[in-house]
Amino acid sequence: MSLDPLWLSLRYAGLATLLSIPPGMLLAYILARREFPGRDLLDAAANLPLVLPPAVLIYYLLSALRRWPVAFSWDWAVALSTIYTLPLLMRMSRASLAAVDHSFENAARCLGASELRVFWWITTPLAWRGLLAAMLAGLARAVADFGLTAIVIINSKDTAQTFALLLLIGVAVLAALYAGNRLQRGRAPA
Amino acid sequence: MIQARVAALGLEVEFQAAAGITALFGPAGAGKTLILDAIAGLLTPRAGRIILDDEILFDGASRLNRPPRLRHCGYVARHWALFPHMSLRDNLQFPLTHLARLERRRRVKEMLERFSLHEAAPRRPHAVSPAERLRCVFARALIGEPKLLLVDEPSSGMDIALRAEWHTILRRVREETGLPVLLSTRDLETCFELANNMLLLNAGRLLQTGPPRKVLDQPASVQAARLLGIRNLFPAEIVALDPGRNTSRLRLEAFELTGHYFPGRLLGDRVWLCVQPGELRVGPHDGSKPQSNQVALRLERALEMPRSVRLEFAGAIVADIARPDFELQKDNKEWLVEFPPRALRVL
Repeated sequence: MSLDPLWLSLRYAGLATLLSIPPGMLLAYILARREFPGRDLLDAAANLPLVLPPAVLIYYLLSALRRWPVAFSWDWAVALSTIYTLPLLMRMSRASLAAVDHSFENAARCLGASELRVFWWITTPLAWRGLLAAMLAGLARAVADFGLTAIVIINSKDTAQTFALLLLIGVAVLAALYAGNRLQRGRAPA
Repeated sequence: MIQARVAALGLEVEFQAAAGITALFGPAGAGKTLILDAIAGLLTPRAGRIILDDEILFDGASRLNRPPRLRHCGYVARHWALFPHMSLRDNLQFPLTHLARLERRRRVKEMLERFSLHEAAPRRPHAVSPAERLRCVFARALIGEPKLLLVDEPSSGMDIALRAEWHTILRRVREETGLPVLLSTRDLETCFELANNMLLLNAGRLLQTGPPRKVLDQPASVQAARLLGIRNLFPAEIVALDPGRNTSRLRLEAFELTGHYFPGRLLGDRVWLCVQPGELRVGPHDGSKPQSNQVALRLERALEMPRSVRLEFAGAIVADIARPDFELQKDNKEWLVEFPPRALRVL
């Protein structure tokens, strides 16, 4: 049996997850720690991909870019998958950033640390389990998305093999989510 | 020297503090921590002005608000907040990143020695004893050479040994650095042991300031006296005043007392009489007629205190006497309580 679709989806899903980490973390931090007008609107907008059916969102995007109809390409697939991975990653990172005790961050500020330094040296290390779990969940989501696509594109004729691949992808997603949960449970003593 | 006028979240205070320890004393919710947070820059007041030495840290009118990292305040916060993911040594290094490596090493080494933390230095906060954690928090707050030290007493969880350590450190800071220290506390004994000055706070308002001894001896109001835990407070009326003979006469609910002359009071004033429990003299009542300023009272309860015995008499009159004195006369039923004229204060 050919495992190509699995590797392909893992590779591209990994890429999509990596791409969604910087904006996802930034959004998570801003929403968890800053107060500004329009915060709730930004929050809602960032969560939009989570509730909109993919077909609708993709239709919006492609119409806006005047690329419709578009031929399938991996670049596009990665870009769209990033949009889908981002809100999940953002939500989970935000929860773990918000759980970091303010007193540590305030102590660092009083000791002369800039906001960037506080984030990098205090908030992130204290939230690392949650952040890693968020990345794993994002990866799981992207793998599932890509798995389906890959099977349709590459391997649509052999039903038995398709079934086996689907099962493998299911197991991979389950493993990623399980690892994420275990990580979050094993909190370090404070 | 810190000068602060702060209005925020139901808080409104104005004070100055110079070198030495200034205690912010008050019950929970009096605004002690809010004041410290406002000075450290963790909380933005609605209005007011905060000046440290010659530098304006906050000014409501001109909207100047320095971020905490530029305020040069060491802050020992209530939760201590040693970074749990760093060793004690790294905790100490954290405020020093702007320095050259050699200088950084020198300062960390010096602090580790000063606070005897050498053995604990490579370990993380959860792996060292509470006393070492405490010393490390102070070392970290002092290592950046702040111009002011803010100290918030933990609301709970300090046993007697740790409290003693806490006092020792603060006393050493006072003696070795000459830094102005603002100390928030709910413990009157801490004020007396450590503070040169105290600010009595309640519900966001400043009630009284002064050296602890003076504040306790002469509370400015009934409210202040209650906050200081003064037990003997009675409503009274001034029925006689004689400046010539330096005497006065007070009528209480059940009896009259003679005191010294009270300057600034008028005949017929309704006042509060305040007597410290330790200044009352008590003895057995042998049935003879009580002399002037003596009252025969029934003992309702005797409570063992760590250093004395507290006698509670009928009419909510409380007296503290030394334990050996009590042992000699504990079988008494009727007692004679004497109010020495110099112990009588009116508020």
